[in-house]
Amino acid sequence: MLNLSIKELSNKLKTKQISSLELTKASLDRINTTDSKLKAFLHVAKEEALDAAKIVDKKIANGEKISVLAGIPMAVKDNICTKGIKTTCASKLLKDFVPPYDATVMKNLNEKNVIMIGKTNLDEFAMGGSTENSAFEITKNPWDLERVPGGSSGGSAVAVSSNQVVYSLGSDTGGSVRQPAAFNGIIGLKPTYGRISRYGLVAFASSLDQIGIFTKNIEDCAIVLEEIAGKDQMDSTSADIDVDSYSEYISKPINGMKIAVPRELMQDGVQEDIKNALKSSIEKLEELGAVVEEISLENLKHSVETYYIIAPSEASSNLSRYDGIRFGDRAKEFKSLEDLYIQSRTLGFGDEVKRRIMIGTYTLSAGYYDAYYKKALQVRTLIKRDFEEAFKKYDVILTPTTPNTAFKIGEKINNPLAMYLEDICTIPVNMAGLPGISIPCGFDKNAMPIGMQFISKAFDEKTLFKVASAYQNATDYHKKSPKL
Amino acid sequence: MIDKETIEKISKLARLEFSEKEKEDLVKKLSNILGYVENLQSIDTTGVEITYNPNGFENQFRKDEVKESMPRELVLQNAPDKDVGCFKVPKVLD
Repeated sequence: MLNLSIKELSNKLKTKQISSLELTKASLDRINTTDSKLKAFLHVAKEEALDAAKIVDKKIANGEKISVLAGIPMAVKDNICTKGIKTTCASKLLKDFVPPYDATVMKNLNEKNVIMIGKTNLDEFAMGGSTENSAFEITKNPWDLERVPGGSSGGSAVAVSSNQVVYSLGSDTGGSVRQPAAFNGIIGLKPTYGRISRYGLVAFASSLDQIGIFTKNIEDCAIVLEEIAGKDQMDSTSADIDVDSYSEYISKPINGMKIAVPRELMQDGVQEDIKNALKSSIEKLEELGAVVEEISLENLKHSVETYYIIAPSEASSNLSRYDGIRFGDRAKEFKSLEDLYIQSRTLGFGDEVKRRIMIGTYTLSAGYYDAYYKKALQVRTLIKRDFEEAFKKYDVILTPTTPNTAFKIGEKINNPLAMYLEDICTIPVNMAGLPGISIPCGFDKNAMPIGMQFISKAFDEKTLFKVASAYQNATDYHKKSPKL
Repeated sequence: MIDKETIEKISKLARLEFSEKEKEDLVKKLSNILGYVENLQSIDTTGVEITYNPNGFENQFRKDEVKESMPRELVLQNAPDKDVGCFKVPKVLD
């Protein structure tokens, strides 16, 4: 039942073929039988979910009009605030934090009577690409339990790919939605910077962060985006630009659509199976009428360096709020007020978070600011210009989502730089604030899913839905599920 | 370029504390990462403007209206220590 699309489920609910209570129980049962192995969830909000389901069923019984998302179980990354339900960011420091308010996305979804099943695991404060940096548990990839699910939104990706819920929310600062989507064989969208309000998303790198969506098919993704996109008074970086009816762009022809493939992201270091999957996908897109050409986006190869200055710099500033005074854990022993800050932070943060705070503090410190931070912001402009130039001629840019498929748990945890380099294809998109979507496009020799990424102009998500749905309709990779 | 002394100086600024073993590990890992980002120095950025924010939006203002704020109990609900409706901190002045 949980592998049906949002539309199919909504129709079944409205015509009383199933009840939201049944659907919610099915989701809870699925979590019960699979999550001891997968560890996608940090907490399951069972009682709240069952109560919410009863409300939906009552509305349906009373003949009230309900949203297409009403009554359908979904999950939320544990760095998005849920009023009255713990939000830990997978950090020891916030292990008991209960938000006194809802993130704007949650407020919008709750008004539509969605069933929020629970909060999913992540790399602490969304810093990482494997979900191994969680202070609480290691999430497993359902396609191979010895492999990572990707990250940082690993739990949200697994909850969808293993059919625990119908869709989920994550956050994407350098690829944290698209990369785990690729590793799990599902769809992951990072919308344009400013498309979805970030009020209530715990800040990591404010000029890069954006809330994203995981689904099993492209139409579901369009439907969810329609419901949560738009201007919000509570987030001054949210855009006052009309939200398109994205689902109307599903299954439209792509004749004559111009697609560019940057050769910088198809070179050495990209796994052979991924290159081959991309080549077949390009042929498929050409059969569908698209014109595909290779281009050069020269500055993209500097994205990772740029990111690992900008993101830690912003993080070191954002994470200074964790001082053990207003919220979060406070150390038991300290000698002074200053020592209280030091001890609380030292005990509360994990290794990777500390490393990034240290890098950011260094690159922002006197004497290094110009050489690192300012330089990175200039290179960021060059990366952005490369995209702008390409979009004068092309509608869409196509790349692999990741240079490699899901790696083994433990394989890269002691080599942060190797882990960072896995984000080479996704980071440029955040740098330029563009929308990007990862969709399944094959499997490697170990039967692990491969993802490809479409990128479009800012606020042009409709074109992503158009091209991704055309590809999806012509292939069946998205229909495959892991055996559990 | 990154040595133990740098780590100690930066950790002070970041309000973090590390054991000797952790410091050694940080010297290694940060040197590796910062060595890699050094690549940027080879790019000519003369006269290139800075991008702080990708969508280039200017400050956005809303109407200055009186609205109800969050009740004090909720603001204080996550405080590790509180007293008489305030956050409580250790003594700062003798």
